[in-house]
Amino acid sequence: MTNPRLLPLFATIAIFLVACVICYIQFPFMASTRVLGNLLTDNAYLGIVAVGMTIVILSGGIDLSVGSVIAFSGVFIAVLLRDTNLHPMIVFALLLIVTTAFGAAMGGLIHVLAMPAFIVTLAGMFLARGAAYMLTIDSVPIDDPFFEMLQKAYYLMPGKGRLTLIGVVMLITVLVGMIVAHRTRFGASVFAIGGGEQTAKLMGVKVAQTTVGIYAFSGFMAGLSGIVFSIYTGSGYPLATVGTELTAIAAVVIGGAILSGGAGYVFGTLIGVLTMGLIQTYIVFDGSLSSWWTKIVIGALLLLFIVLQKGLLRLSVARLSGGTA
Amino acid sequence: MLLSIRSLTKRFPGTLALDDVRFDLKAGEVHALLGENGAGKSTLIKCLTGAYRPDGGDITLDGEKISPRSTSEAQELGIGTVYQEVNLLPNLTVAQNLCFGREPRRMGMIQTRAMTRQADAMLEAYGLDIDVTRDLGLYSVAIQQIVAIARAVALSGKVLILDEPTASLDAREVEMLFEVVRGLREKGLGIVFVSHFLDQVFELSDRVTVLRNGRHVVTEDIAELDRVKLIEHMLGHALETEVDDHATPHDDSAPKRPEMLKFRQMGRAGVVHPFDLDVRQGEVVGLAGLLGSGRTESAEFLFGLRSGGTATDTDGDVPLDTPRKAIAAGFGFAPEDRKTDGIVADLSVRENIALALQAARGWARPIPRAEQARLADMYIERLDIRTSDAEKRVGELSGGNQQKVVLARWLAMNPRFLILDEPTRGIDVGAHAEILRLIHELTAEGMALLVISSELDELIAVSDRVIVVRDRRHVAELTGSDIRTDTIVHAIAHRDDIGEVA
Ligand SMILES: Nc1ncnc2c1ncn2[C@@H]1O[C@H](COP(=O)(O)OP(=O)(O)OP(=O)(O)O)[C@@H](O)[C@H]1O
Ligand SMILES: [Mg+2]
Repeated sequence: MTNPRLLPLFATIAIFLVACVICYIQFPFMASTRVLGNLLTDNAYLGIVAVGMTIVILSGGIDLSVGSVIAFSGVFIAVLLRDTNLHPMIVFALLLIVTTAFGAAMGGLIHVLAMPAFIVTLAGMFLARGAAYMLTIDSVPIDDPFFEMLQKAYYLMPGKGRLTLIGVVMLITVLVGMIVAHRTRFGASVFAIGGGEQTAKLMGVKVAQTTVGIYAFSGFMAGLSGIVFSIYTGSGYPLATVGTELTAIAAVVIGGAILSGGAGYVFGTLIGVLTMGLIQTYIVFDGSLSSWWTKIVIGALLLLFIVLQKGLLRLSVARLSGGTA
Repeated sequence: MLLSIRSLTKRFPGTLALDDVRFDLKAGEVHALLGENGAGKSTLIKCLTGAYRPDGGDITLDGEKISPRSTSEAQELGIGTVYQEVNLLPNLTVAQNLCFGREPRRMGMIQTRAMTRQADAMLEAYGLDIDVTRDLGLYSVAIQQIVAIARAVALSGKVLILDEPTASLDAREVEMLFEVVRGLREKGLGIVFVSHFLDQVFELSDRVTVLRNGRHVVTEDIAELDRVKLIEHMLGHALETEVDDHATPHDDSAPKRPEMLKFRQMGRAGVVHPFDLDVRQGEVVGLAGLLGSGRTESAEFLFGLRSGGTATDTDGDVPLDTPRKAIAAGFGFAPEDRKTDGIVADLSVRENIALALQAARGWARPIPRAEQARLADMYIERLDIRTSDAEKRVGELSGGNQQKVVLARWLAMNPRFLILDEPTRGIDVGAHAEILRLIHELTAEGMALLVISSELDELIAVSDRVIVVRDRRHVAELTGSDIRTDTIVHAIAHRDDIGEVA
């Protein structure tokens, strides 16, 4: 008997495979490494930020600030590269320190004030967006040789598909996220808090440290996502990635995590991101469909998963009272 | 002295939960901590394990002063605890729960396979052969309880604290637990044992400390005490009436009562073998059997929590496909696992008590606030619910008092047929007697009751008829003078091998 908690993950993978088959039947040439390479590149920033979001959601929290943090990151990098002589790597390091500290501060507030994460990160969302505006109100192009090199770095897969640097960064991030969530004590604590904070406390979870850690992790991922996004677009713009936090949440839920926390898989989130990317690619290939179809399909998928989760909950309750004694 | 606590004080808004309490634990003893519901036992324990910060007092372990700031700190000091609420995480696997915080790691990564092996080894002593890689929440409350105990035992290098560990265990499991505890005592651990089952206290403990209203009353060797004296210490006065005075007379000439409900073919294969049941007005039907025998499931069919079978009363069919319809038909059900099924921790005592009655009336017709307050005050008084006032959050009451609130909720509804699953679990001796008294009053007014209980004395005291459930089947029905401990025990364990529970 499989563990019922695996079912949403299987459902996610099944849906993704079905989507692949549909795409293949309609457009056989979509099955190429080129499409795969683009899929990874186009969704790299989303995948990275969704890994952070997964950890947050596993703990039963939410982080609404990430979209703004990505925009802030882009502006921060662009402005610093324009106005100073710092090497991009140093700028990246500075940025990651800032966004991680920002996340940690939000986590601290959530714990100390016992405030809902929703409110605190909503404030964070406005703050980060405002900070981006403070740096500039225009789109700032990035013009830096090292940066250009990063943009052009790719590995040519058989079939002429380009596995870009940022695509690889995304895959590595997912791997790291999987290890953190499922193979470390920190990850176990995250699941524990998602399962019930009071109980977690009695079991010896260091709730304060873990909460700070969770939002710091998400802040770090948002910063990394911002770096990737700036490489992807080659500029910094304070109005960029509005609503990305919601797309990330959608990816996490489609990936099979439960919004109330305590159950889910980082790998599922990757599949969630790829599913959403695939839908978009399909619509681009089709050409006659307008882009809002993406949103409609994603909306439908979200609904499907919510229903699936409800059903699972029923199932496990029924098993609990009926099966084992 | 292994552990000693001096002038411990803990204040909650509106309550002084612990007032200058002292407590000593020797190495190699089982020390029972007793007291009425709300006396402060769990609070004492939580201060000791760092779950609460005490407002004053000293704790010394092995001669060194400690003040654990978190439960993990206490765990590192060698204090393992089973809290009163089943306190593990249903969304983690059994193995994760057992090894939480001490997972075998290599380079920071948890070794899942080693963890599974470790978990299997931890459960071995309890004769529990379950798949530890499955979620804990998929297993029954009894198994979860054993897992919690196994975890605490593994954590207890010096001190093991058990706060009502036996509440959801059957006799065999309790015996197994006691064996483990005796083994640990031999090894020189100090064990704190909280229970409302006085028989268990006398069986297991070496010394007893009694608390009352947050104060230390007495500490004595168990040999110096008898049941009556112990109860006197707990209540502050003698228990006027113990169960027997209220016992239903079990002669065969009991008057026939008017018929009320007929259940036919209740049950479903694989859950409970379909059974028929007739209930008369003012009758108390007892349901006896081991945990997991199908007692609770039987009750769930009768209340529409599971569908299968039909019910009729004198006016015709009674639809029972959902609990809501059952409530509308005048049924009530106080479930066994009140922590998860019963309490709405964030609502006040008043709101919790009014809940079922409100549901029965429909939400369109709210119960006037004054009426709610009257009901709440009445049951707070009748059931002796220890709370500063009716507006207190139920989550802030002691475990036993939360259970009383759930009982009050269903009593307030004044149903014609009420199912009570383990009505006195975790409830102290004083309130226990009061609840049995209440049951007699209710049936005198015509309410019919189905009482499920593992305590045979209690069942015998209240029932007009006892049905015995074994292996998911109703196997015997005892009436009149046949209702005796020996007959029930015989029916429960008819086959000499007692089936595997798990
Ligand atoms: N978190 C809390 N907030 C406010 N009051 C509390 C809290 N926990 C306990 N109390 C109060 O402290 C007192 C002692 O409660 P405690 O849980 O220690 O009782 P207990 O002896 O364990 O009783 P029981 O046998 O019912 O478990 C009670 O009056 C209770 O209402
Ligand atoms: Mg208690």
